[in-house]
Formats: sequence, structure tokens, C-alpha cells
Amino acid sequence: MSLSLKDLRFDLQIIASWIEPGSKVIDLGCGRGDLLLYLREHKGVKGIGIEKDEAEVRECIQKGLTVIQGDLNQEVLDYPDQAFDYVILSQTLQQIYTPHLLLPSLLRIGRRVIVSFPNFAHWTIRLDLLLHGRAPKNPQLPYEWYDSPNIRVITIRDFREFIHRLGYRVIREAPVSTYNQDRQGKIVRRWANLRATYGIFMVGKEENGRKNGN
Amino acid sequence: MSEYITHDRRGRSVGIVQKKYFTFAYPPHLFPLECGAKLGPITLAYETYGQLNADRSNAILILHALSGDSHVAGYYSENDPKPGWWDFMVGPGKAIDTEKYFVICSNILGGCAGSTGPSSINPNTGRPYALEFPFVTIGDMVRAQRVLIEHLGIRKLLAVIGGSLGGMQVLEWALRYPEMVHAAIPIATTTRHSALAIAFNEVARQAIMADPNWRGGNYYDGPRPEMGLAVARMIGHITYLSDRALRRKFGRRLQNKSHFSFGFEVDFQVESYLRYQGRKFVERFDANSFLYITKAADYFDVKRQHGEGSLVKAFSKARARFLVISFSSDWLYPTYQSREMVKAMKKNELDVSFCEIEADWGHDAFLIPNEKFEELVHSFLERVSREFEP
Repeated sequence: MSLSLKDLRFDLQIIASWIEPGSKVIDLGCGRGDLLLYLREHKGVKGIGIEKDEAEVRECIQKGLTVIQGDLNQEVLDYPDQAFDYVILSQTLQQIYTPHLLLPSLLRIGRRVIVSFPNFAHWTIRLDLLLHGRAPKNPQLPYEWYDSPNIRVITIRDFREFIHRLGYRVIREAPVSTYNQDRQGKIVRRWANLRATYGIFMVGKEENGRKNGN
Repeated sequence: MSEYITHDRRGRSVGIVQKKYFTFAYPPHLFPLECGAKLGPITLAYETYGQLNADRSNAILILHALSGDSHVAGYYSENDPKPGWWDFMVGPGKAIDTEKYFVICSNILGGCAGSTGPSSINPNTGRPYALEFPFVTIGDMVRAQRVLIEHLGIRKLLAVIGGSLGGMQVLEWALRYPEMVHAAIPIATTTRHSALAIAFNEVARQAIMADPNWRGGNYYDGPRPEMGLAVARMIGHITYLSDRALRRKFGRRLQNKSHFSFGFEVDFQVESYLRYQGRKFVERFDANSFLYITKAADYFDVKRQHGEGSLVKAFSKARARFLVISFSSDWLYPTYQSREMVKAMKKNELDVSFCEIEADWGHDAFLIPNEKFEELVHSFLERVSREFEP
């Protein structure tokens, strides 16, 4: 099975482009393992996936990937310090109960954390709330307020502030606007918090000599 | 071993197979056991399927569970009514594909299906060992298997695979001979018995020893402790199933009657099932073997044996890639026990995959055809065989 970059969901295409060849990666909530498979085939990455859904875990193992079935909040606790070059949390942060506890735990096991999440400050969501007074629901966020797994409402601005408050550093960021079921998209340069459907961030600790130095 | 009649859903049968024997540790070169005693000569009964390839890189060792034997797949003769205990898993085109792999399984040391055990003749007395048979451990079983593997000219196994007590041997192989194990699949197993598991084993042993025919283990010249062994097996069968499996299989249905008998004969189907399983078991299993093997399982403790009390330290010895599999309804070795070993492997940065398969059949799920389970084993083996350089 061969996978090309454009077979990936658009936020995963950006994330994949950020990963150095030959690095060690853990993908939290890896789903069917598309990103890990791509990284292994095209970048020689040694990857591990964490996924709670049994069927998706089996699909990953069928693809020859290394994957552990379990709850990512628990599973990340078992790795040694700095076991990975990158920890990836794609479109999962909005489902985490305690992001402020998880993020430090991720920066313990990995040098860089890459996060992508739906931007709840997208203009369509703002407009919907303003005109109809309804909770966000759109192709990116297809759930009703009562059955949504997306318990955390995050915006690009909120996330940036959150990282600074925790004392971490944003190393790269890519606000993206996606279309065609998130398969395609483009990076948004201006008015990102208004125009981006997803935020993608690479986060690290402050470098040596500064606070939180390694 | 398996009570489950299986049909080939994928692949074909390996066909007619033959049990073979290998004997070693002839005096004076006796085999030292962990308990301090020495044993010899030792015979291991084994079977192989498929062909060992030229660079000897396709050997898979299957380890059997408590009541299993070397007869994993195929039939002994044209009119053999039943195939081996893992026939759905092993054969041409099956999950463990005998067209690609050379598959080996040996009866464990202490067993009663051709390997040396308490029912074998003690060369010093000319009578069956009975309780003169020394205590053997899971480690001893694996050390004996290693002699066989080397005899077969294999320096490194592509994979070791086993469920339950077989899974314990898988772990033992991976920790004792890390350089000989490329990949390991421990299934529905544990790094050590819980008090619950020991408790069930103890009740089973007591049932055997309370049988008047047991006579301190010296029953080989007279009637055998069949009732005791049958009860031991019944207890086992309860632990191998689950509340849900028993409900689905039997519920409270009555056996060939519509009213209670108000007596102690069989009323319920579940009673009939247990009696049948007990009866069938005594035809092929030795009570003393049962005592020895269950004790070996109770003594098994990875932490203590390999890690000076630390499971993480124990797994620091391992080099294999692991696929750990548990079943959701297994209450003998519940999923949390598999997670414990996975955790220790992760802390050592070992390459480990873990999957808990949703299945209703309790601990016995690994003996029942299951497409999801077979596919997992199949694809993991594909991957590790691609990565293997002997």
C-alpha cells in the first residue's frame, strides 16, 4: 500500500511536511494510521500510534504499524522522558478533558508537540451564532451540542495565549482553510483567527538558558 | 485440546501430520531444573508443519496452553475425527501460513502427550515417576524447548506465539533468550497469576488429591483419580468462559427434559456440558501432570524471575517486537494484566502493539475462530517477517 501526500487530510499534509526524516514520532489518536503510514514510507519515520477504537487499531496493525489500544491521556504517562522527536495530536485537543495537564505531559515525552484543532472563531461559526444564536455545527464540527465529543471550544487566539501561559513557545504555526472534506486547503496569511478552519501549531519548551530550558 | 469444532474459513488444512520425538539429557548429562533437581533423559514430543527455508528465517514456535499438546493442526489419519487444537489458525493460506512459515510446537516438559512428565517411566525405578517427578517451571519448559529448537538447526525464531500458559512461555522465551526471538505474540496471558487464578488452580488440585484413587500420586497400576481430574477440568472450564458466554451457550435451559428431576442427576444443560468436558478430559490427560503444570503456572512470575521485583527491569532484557492481544470478556487473565506488560515494554521503548479484542467467549476466545483475531496475527507476522534478517 502506498500513500501520497495528497491522500492525507489537509492538516496532516502540513504536519507531515514539518516532520524531519528519520525522526521518532508518536501519533495520539492515530485513527486508521494514514499519517504514520505516510511518514514511514516517505520519511523513514519510526512511529507509534495510540488509538482507543479497536477496529482502527486492527486496521493500523494490518498496515504493519505499531499501535497501542488505549486512552491517550493514560498511555502517554508510560514513556520515558524525551522518547520522541515529535508528539502529534491532530484534531483531538478539542476532545481532551484537561489540556493544561496533557500538554506538559506531552512535552515530557517529546521534544516538539504538534497540535491541530478546529478553529471555533471561524467567521461562519461567528456568523451562525450572531444571526441564529446556535451552537457551532458545520462540516468540520458536524455534531449537536449534546452529543459532540468536542468538549473544548478552542480558537487560534486562545491556543496561542494558552501556550504562552504554560511557559512554552510556538515554534511554527499554520492557520489553514480547508475544503473538499478537509482533503484540500490553503494556509491563511491574514485574519487567520477569522478565516482559518483549523489551527496547526508546533510547540516546544523555551530553549536553553531561558525558562523551562531542557 | 479444543472442544470447539472448527471448519476452514480461510486456507486449507495441513493434512495428515505426524508426531515426532526428540530425546536429550542422557546420563550423565542430566538437565538441571530450577528447583535444583536434575532430570534425564528428557523426551519432547513435537510436530512441525511447512518447510524450513534455506536461511532458516521462517521458523515459528507455537506454545500450547495447560491442556494442549504438540498437535496444533491437521489430522493424524484419514479417519481422525478431529484436527489439532489451533487448526483454524495454522495451515496453508491461514493466519499462520504453513506455505510461508515453518511451524513447530512441542508438548511441554511435565506434560502427558508424549513429553517427559510424571506419568513417564523413571529410569531409576522402572516405574512411573508419579510424585518423584521433580517440580518444573515455565522457565524449565522453555529451556527444554530451546534444546529442541537448536537440534532443529534454528538459531533465531521468526516468532513465538501462544495463549494462556502458552503466552507465559512466549514471555519467558522473549526474556530468557532475547537473541533468539525476533517477534513475540503473547495472547490472553499474564506476567503472573492473580490470587484469583491461583485460587481456582488450588481448588482444582484439591479435587484431584481428594479423590481416593489418587493415592499420593501412585495410581498408575490401578484405577485413576478420574472424578478428581474431571472436577478439576470443570472448574477450569468455568474460568475459561464468562457469565455472558455461559448465558448465551446454556442459560438455564434443561437437558432433555422439561421439568426438574428433584434429584442430583443432570438437570441443566450447563451441568451436562461440564460433566461431558470432565469425562472427555480424563481420557487424555494425566492427573499428576495437571498438578505439576498448574503449579508451574502459579509459580510463574516475570517480575521475580527476571526483574528483581520490577516488571520494567524484567522487560529491559527483551529485544523482540511484541503484539500483545487480550479479550474483553477474559476474567481469568483480564485485559489489565496485558496492559501491565505493555506498560513495562513501553517504559523500555520496545516495539509493542496492543489490541483488546471485543469477544464474548471469555478466556477461551483465543481457541475460537475469529476473523479479527486471525487477521491481526496474520498481518503482524507479515510485517515482522519482512523486517527479519537472521
